[in-house]
Amino acid sequence: MPLCERIIALVCAIGLLVAGALTASAQNYEAALAGFTKDSFNDTDAAIGAVAASGNPLAVQVIEALQDGRLLFGDGKVFIKDKTGATLDAAAGKPAADAPANLKTVRLNNRLRRSVEAALGSLTLMSPDPARRLEAAQAVFKSRDANALPTLDAALAKETDTRVKRALTEARAAVVLFRANAAENDKIAAIGVIKDRADQDARGLLAGLPAGQPPAVQKAATDAIASIDNRLALWNTVQNAWYGLSLGSVLLLAAIGLAITFGVMGVINMAHGEMVMLGAYTTYVVQEIIRAHNPALFDYSLFIAVPLAFLVAGLVGIVIERTIIRFLYGRPLETLLATWGLSLILQQAVRTYFGPTNKDVGNPSWMSGAFELGGITVTYNRLWIIVFTLVVFVALLGLLRFTRLGLEMRAVTQNRTMAASMGIRTARIDSLTFGLGSGIAGIAGVALSQIDNVSPNLGQGYIIDSFLVVVFGGVGNLWGTLVAAFSLGIANKFLEPFAGAVLGKIAILVFIILFIQKRPRGLFALKGRAVEA
Amino acid sequence: MTGSPLIRALDRGAVWFVLVLAAVGILVPLLNLLLPESSPWHVPTYLVALWGKYVCYALLALSIDLIWGYCGILSLGHGAFFALGGYAMGMYLMRQIGTRGVYADPIRPDFMVFLNWPELPVYWYGFNHFAYAALMVLLVPGLLAFVFGWFAFRSRVTGVYLSIITQALTYALMLGFFRNNFGFGGNNGLTDFKDILGFNVQAQPTRAALFAASVAALILGFLICRTVVASKLGMVLVSIRDAEARTRFLGYRVENYKLFVFTLSACMAGVAGALYVPQVGIINPSEFAPGNSIEAVIWVAVGGRGTLIGAVIGAVAVNWGKTTFTSGVLAPYWLFVLGSLFVLVTLLLPRGIVGTVKHYWRVWHERREVVAAERAEAAPKPAE
Repeated sequence: MPLCERIIALVCAIGLLVAGALTASAQNYEAALAGFTKDSFNDTDAAIGAVAASGNPLAVQVIEALQDGRLLFGDGKVFIKDKTGATLDAAAGKPAADAPANLKTVRLNNRLRRSVEAALGSLTLMSPDPARRLEAAQAVFKSRDANALPTLDAALAKETDTRVKRALTEARAAVVLFRANAAENDKIAAIGVIKDRADQDARGLLAGLPAGQPPAVQKAATDAIASIDNRLALWNTVQNAWYGLSLGSVLLLAAIGLAITFGVMGVINMAHGEMVMLGAYTTYVVQEIIRAHNPALFDYSLFIAVPLAFLVAGLVGIVIERTIIRFLYGRPLETLLATWGLSLILQQAVRTYFGPTNKDVGNPSWMSGAFELGGITVTYNRLWIIVFTLVVFVALLGLLRFTRLGLEMRAVTQNRTMAASMGIRTARIDSLTFGLGSGIAGIAGVALSQIDNVSPNLGQGYIIDSFLVVVFGGVGNLWGTLVAAFSLGIANKFLEPFAGAVLGKIAILVFIILFIQKRPRGLFALKGRAVEA
Repeated sequence: MTGSPLIRALDRGAVWFVLVLAAVGILVPLLNLLLPESSPWHVPTYLVALWGKYVCYALLALSIDLIWGYCGILSLGHGAFFALGGYAMGMYLMRQIGTRGVYADPIRPDFMVFLNWPELPVYWYGFNHFAYAALMVLLVPGLLAFVFGWFAFRSRVTGVYLSIITQALTYALMLGFFRNNFGFGGNNGLTDFKDILGFNVQAQPTRAALFAASVAALILGFLICRTVVASKLGMVLVSIRDAEARTRFLGYRVENYKLFVFTLSACMAGVAGALYVPQVGIINPSEFAPGNSIEAVIWVAVGGRGTLIGAVIGAVAVNWGKTTFTSGVLAPYWLFVLGSLFVLVTLLLPRGIVGTVKHYWRVWHERREVVAAERAEAAPKPAE
């Protein structure tokens, strides 16, 4: 059976080879360690390089110990003092039972500390943890340390994780690009790699290329910079659009309740912002109770706060409607003034009870953090708020379209007397509609508490914006509110880089003022008889 | 109904009101200046400044009453015109500081030196002349109101829509004036004034004179408003307030009437602001805050919209209440009071103080006439 024999022979040969390599590596390592026992800076420096190059798995531990002043020597042997205080034999990595009593620390100076750091940087390129390898690769990309090149090559050959591999390739390209004696072709290839990275760092790297490069390299670098600029501009646009969507969702959340009370009922509720504020404070109270009694529930605090905020704000809304607003139907200007007064009272009440300072409302773990998507950073809280806004919007549409309450609301809005004669109790529907609008404002408060300061003035910041959204979108039209909120949000964010935040806002205000002149009833105006009703 | 429009405008109540105002305008400065401080009749200087502030507020309230009470235009941005007038006056006062500023620059105000502005911006030219500044006090708010009103009224933006965009207007101006590069001192505004027309702003006689000037402006404003509302123009305004579409169908150019009265009102608000600034000693962008404008509307509502006298009384009463509340231990409760004022006045006292008094006076009067007529009718009967 020649085949069998051959295979056995092959296996044996490989086994021998590996064993030989291992012993060679171990010998190198042990020889290198001896350098630490000489108590001379030059020998230590050589030892650092040799240990790092040995590829022994203990090397990282040794160099880290050296950095922390935990590397000791005595009797021609080197020891590591563990973080727990135990003494390990550096050669074997096992606890040393026979450690001499008079151990001395291996001393460092600033030159050696740099060597230690460089050694650690390239050693972590070999770390078994991909996250650490990635970090090390990015560090090398920034430092462009030419000594790391052999380690980089070795790491690249072994690397299997695609992300880390890319980072390593980029780091290698950066090193090659800045090495004085690299070949022209290599440099051009390196520029290609860095061009594909296409972020601000890559642009900075290429722009910082020392003068006196060969013309071909220079040209490649200039082209690469132009291409990166294009990509950056594209991502910048995407980023602005994302911020705009995020702002639009906030505007929509704040305005959607108003679209009910103002748009459907025709009631100017200047205390709408305070309903938002009540929702935010409900979240605060819920979180405080959870913190005090059952911290494990903290991640669910928002799920508890949403229905509660709806109830609190909705009930306050119904009370307001029953006690004040119902006496003012048909007198919109008076309603405006009375509800403004109400907003002052609510603000001051909250200020008196909770104090004027901002309250700390925490993000649950699933709402904190961010992830990278192409060239932009997406934070989870913004993402969830957009999702939440759309859910609320769809739920509201469904409620108006498919439930009995929604049907009666639409009936009362379209023709109050006819609805009344069909047996709908219009006064009750008015209360419930107002309660619904206020409750939705409360829900908005829960979401806004995650991104804004929870203070008694929280609502004031949103009231003018919300009115503008509703008016811009067209009164009595929820889809109009949606379109208006997102278009205003996106327009605002696209104006900001040119005009600055404040001028951008002013430009939007002026635009809406002019727009209302042109289309006094908004983007999606109701047509027909309903207009004058 | 004959004689000049002014004579016609002055019914008995108006004459009495002007006389009372004139007496206050003359007596308060005299009692402040001529009597020694020990005298029980002496009016302290801080009170003169405080009441001078109220008088300016009253003029602002009057300008709001003219458009809201008589034409149904609820402006929630009249504080913007007030503040613009104030800024025009503030710019004059800044130029008067001259070399006495911290940086002693003869031309540029301190904040421009501080922000490294190489030279005075063009729109600051001319403000070293009082006449030019005074013209601007009228012109800037008037022009803004004209342009804004021209757009708004022509496209028939009415009711709450107009209220909301006036609020957006003052909000936009506030954001703008908070910026340093607008050239109006950023969020510090204009302050540290020294002279007005060569007199020290802080001096007692200047303060008394400013008070008298404010009262004179209030009287003038009142007379103008009375003249407008008692004329045929005023009748048209009231009919626009009560039935805009009907007035239009009768052939009146509604937007022109509205534009005229809105611009006039803005000029009055500008004058009020201009007199306010030297007495308070500062003008900053927070005067543009939408809340201020709405607060001014409640003065009118408390006093009684559509009564003119009520606007003055409401402004003074509410602000006096505000000073009393906010200077004592009751300070945290002022916003409750102000908020309740908004709610209760609109719910329970829609006519305001003066309107309610007038209403019951008329009811009582009519009943007396009815009773008298009945008695006159009934009297001869037993003789039969």
